Amino acid sequence: MKSAYLLLVLGLALIVVGHGMGLFVAPSEAAMGETGRILYVHVPTAWTAMVVFTIAFVAALGGLWTGRMGWDALIEASAEVGVVFTALLLVQGAVWAKPTWGVYWTWDPRLTTSAILLVLFGVVLLLRHVIEVPERRLTLSAVATIVAFADVPIVYFSVRWWNSLHQAQSTPQTVSKLMWQPLVISIFGTMFLGLALVIARWRIAREHYEREDAAPDLPDLPDQIELSDEPASGGQEVRG
Amino acid sequence: MSELLHLFRKDLLIEWRSRSHGFALACFALTLLLLFSFAIGPDTKTMSLHAGAYLWMSLLLSSTLLLARSFQVEVEDGAIETLILAPASATRMFYAKALANAVQLAILAAVAVPAVYALYGVQLHGEVGGGHRLGQLVSVVALGAAGLAAPGTLYAALTARLHARQLLLPLLLFPLVVPCLLAAVKATTLIVRPSLSEAEFTSWLALLACFDVLYWSVCGILFGRVIEQ
Repeated sequence: MKSAYLLLVLGLALIVVGHGMGLFVAPSEAAMGETGRILYVHVPTAWTAMVVFTIAFVAALGGLWTGRMGWDALIEASAEVGVVFTALLLVQGAVWAKPTWGVYWTWDPRLTTSAILLVLFGVVLLLRHVIEVPERRLTLSAVATIVAFADVPIVYFSVRWWNSLHQAQSTPQTVSKLMWQPLVISIFGTMFLGLALVIARWRIAREHYEREDAAPDLPDLPDQIELSDEPASGGQEVRG
Repeated sequence: MSELLHLFRKDLLIEWRSRSHGFALACFALTLLLLFSFAIGPDTKTMSLHAGAYLWMSLLLSSTLLLARSFQVEVEDGAIETLILAPASATRMFYAKALANAVQLAILAAVAVPAVYALYGVQLHGEVGGGHRLGQLVSVVALGAAGLAAPGTLYAALTARLHARQLLLPLLLFPLVVPCLLAAVKATTLIVRPSLSEAEFTSWLALLACFDVLYWSVCGILFGRVIEQ
């Protein structure tokens, strides 16, 4: 748990520095003006969501390969944190899209892909909730995670062919150094924050499984319970 | 190979012997096609423009019933346990089941296409982009049905023994098949238009083929783990 706290403190410190530089040091974006400063929140959130979903994919492969319940807890932790970050990403996108494109939502490839990603992994979490047997939950949610993750690039390309409005991806060559530095610091800060949340949630999920495993089994019921008006023979003996 | 053919034959035979279900499914698909037209009004031009989308939405919604049933018949009375004990690998079991589902979806499309022609007034005869419209539509339907069948069969097996299967199967399947649906709708719309951009049509077909190759491989590998549960 120490590592989670360390990452949390480091992440928050980097976010404060990165966002501070982004707000007060970096120049405003040429086309979008002050609105463009959402870049220092939006891009790091997108990167963190992708990294966390990649962890979920690796955990799913590990879970299917080894059958260890630790991987199951990691699928739960990373899918959940990934869903939260993707939801935040969509909200930030909507806030930025309104003054820039004039609408909260548009069928842009990255927006649409993010929305589909949110639904794909949201359903994995839903699936996990309806399966009570831990081993079954591990296998089935690992399969659903792998299948969902494999869909991401193909969804992106299909929607890109369908319609495109989003800005081209920024690179150090296309962005001023004064903007690039706070962006990189914010990306690392948000990523550390995301990893801290995954580690903390992983621990909670592992403890939950341990409690589930330690709980005593319910007593076995007889194969057939006979419903009869006649008093049981044991009862007659007590009365006698 | 003979095991795969036996399993494929068994799956089709089950459906053939319960033909009333297939008939009801076709009625469901046709009812959907009828209802979709109310969404945009009686403008024939607009309806013919969106005919491809209606055809695939109708097939997608019907596919969830078809796919869920393909494993429901196995789970009932524990037939699946006997199937697992049979001397056939899980991968072959998957390919037989997915192939049977794809064939049934293609048959459903063969019923739905004449209804689309009649209801929405689309062009299905004549040549466009160097090929016959119907021939091109057959290739789109074959690739699209295969694209819906592979992940659909895996998810139908995955949800077959869960309590909330009626809800979970479409929830899992619909967002996953977005690329397949998008490509199939676009390609179908291009076919029924007066002129066809061959490069655009080929790129959507290529996307459908990529989706099929990806999911027929991934789902075939993962099916064994799902069926064990």
